[in-house]
Amino acid sequence: MTVPAEAFPHLPDDAGPSDLQRWREDYRRGRARRAAGISGASTVVFFAVVATAVVLSPGWQRTKSLFLDWGVARDAFPSILSGLWLNIRVLVVCAVLIVLVGLAVASLRTLRGPIWFPVRALATGYTDVFRGIPLIILLYIVGFGLPGLRLQGVPTSPVVLGGLALVLTYAAYVAEVFRAGIESVHPSQRAAARSLGLTYGQTMRRVVLPQAVRRVTPPLLNDFVALQKDVGLISVLGAFDAVRNAQIASDAAFNYTPYMVAGLLFVLLAIPTIRLADWVTLRAVRRQQAAGAL
Amino acid sequence: MTDEAPDAVPVLACEGVVKRFGKHTVLRSVDLTVGEHECVTLIGASGSGKSSLLRCINLLETVDDGVIRLDGEDITDPRVDADAVRRRIGVVFQAYNLFPHMTVLDNVTLAPRLVGGVARPEAEDKARALLARVGLAEKATEYPDRLSGGQQQRVAVVRALANDPRLLLLDEVTSALDPELVGEVLTLVSELTDQGMTIVMATHEMSFARQAADRVVFLDGGVVLEEGPPEQVLADPVHARTRQFLSRVLESGRH
Repeated sequence: MTVPAEAFPHLPDDAGPSDLQRWREDYRRGRARRAAGISGASTVVFFAVVATAVVLSPGWQRTKSLFLDWGVARDAFPSILSGLWLNIRVLVVCAVLIVLVGLAVASLRTLRGPIWFPVRALATGYTDVFRGIPLIILLYIVGFGLPGLRLQGVPTSPVVLGGLALVLTYAAYVAEVFRAGIESVHPSQRAAARSLGLTYGQTMRRVVLPQAVRRVTPPLLNDFVALQKDVGLISVLGAFDAVRNAQIASDAAFNYTPYMVAGLLFVLLAIPTIRLADWVTLRAVRRQQAAGAL
Repeated sequence: MTDEAPDAVPVLACEGVVKRFGKHTVLRSVDLTVGEHECVTLIGASGSGKSSLLRCINLLETVDDGVIRLDGEDITDPRVDADAVRRRIGVVFQAYNLFPHMTVLDNVTLAPRLVGGVARPEAEDKARALLARVGLAEKATEYPDRLSGGQQQRVAVVRALANDPRLLLLDEVTSALDPELVGEVLTLVSELTDQGMTIVMATHEMSFARQAADRVVFLDGGVVLEEGPPEQVLADPVHARTRQFLSRVLESGRH
């Protein structure tokens, strides 16, 4: 490719782009078409290879009938869908509680002054223990241990107990995310607020937390995506959710397809949140870049 | 030192103020008295303790020795309500420190509403009047990042004034500004001085110190080495250190 000899210079009163610029644009368009072609071809080849490997595998026919049985899927779908509705309700209630508990624990951890030592220590201990313990073990402890005490007023519903275990675990993570957000707000903001005579609490509530929450929204949405699938774990306590109903259908049909259906539904449930998280993150990045000149 | 009668209680009195950060002593023993309606500028090299002194006066830092009095009251007494003291002192920072998540109007009215207990409409009326005075009436509903540095710093001054402070502390308020924006902020400070505001201002702007200050205080090595009327301290300093500092500032073109 050669640059046309007459391309440059051109007269400034010429309205359109110069020949040189037109040549550049043509060249870039050509490169873009080439890139699109290559990525399309490589995608087709990649999936063809994977699909061929799976379909030609010696156990494909048997695996297909065990995992991808259309008839079993159709029969199991209504009960799995109704189970998913339970998951969604648990998800919404838990998410709200998690944010509230997480925010409270994070705020308690930032309290200063000797009088708050026990509260601070308790909050720190809480995040240590509940981030460390595997969720499945906590589910057993809360789900079977708590009602085992036979105390008055302790709920026995597996849905409530499972939700409680989820809140305990996730609030510990979310508290740490909030704390990181609180600490990321520059000390000069606190100095300005305190200089105006605001108390510690007013400074936190009006100046620090609003900025912290904005910053941690993308990581919080990521935790929300994780929670969306972990609500399926309440099935181990016997709650009739999507996973449990899939298990029942699977046992009845001697077929794993109901699990595939439940899995697909969880993925479909997660995609809008994942896209939202991407969008919020992108927006936060753009905003930061816009403020970068300041 | 001041134009006041000798028995008048000064607005601000620092007596032997000491401030250490770890092993590093920033303020060795600072004595400074500021009378009512006085505008005092603190000059001195970077690290001479100008900002530290202002932060101590505003109780953002605790002093390691000495006494600071505001209207005769010992504000370094550990039993004092620091929030109540800070309400009486307005501060403007080098980097403006506006709250980025609030509009200009909310930045200005936050403290009067939360701390002063002023109702929102009343606080907003007053804020709009103050903003109009500094030529920013139409920016009331903007967010700080939509404003130029000079505009942001004027908002920061208005925010400090909204509390009706007894004393205004200005910490290098023009240092973060582009040269062509420095003027608008200094003009505002001059107006405040003319209106009788009591001001302590750390600055590198010698020409401003010359015009607007009643008194120039040269901080060096953690003490007030020299103080007096600007024409004396800036034109005919007594100490060799002051002469050295001023000639360096002149060389750098900031005079």
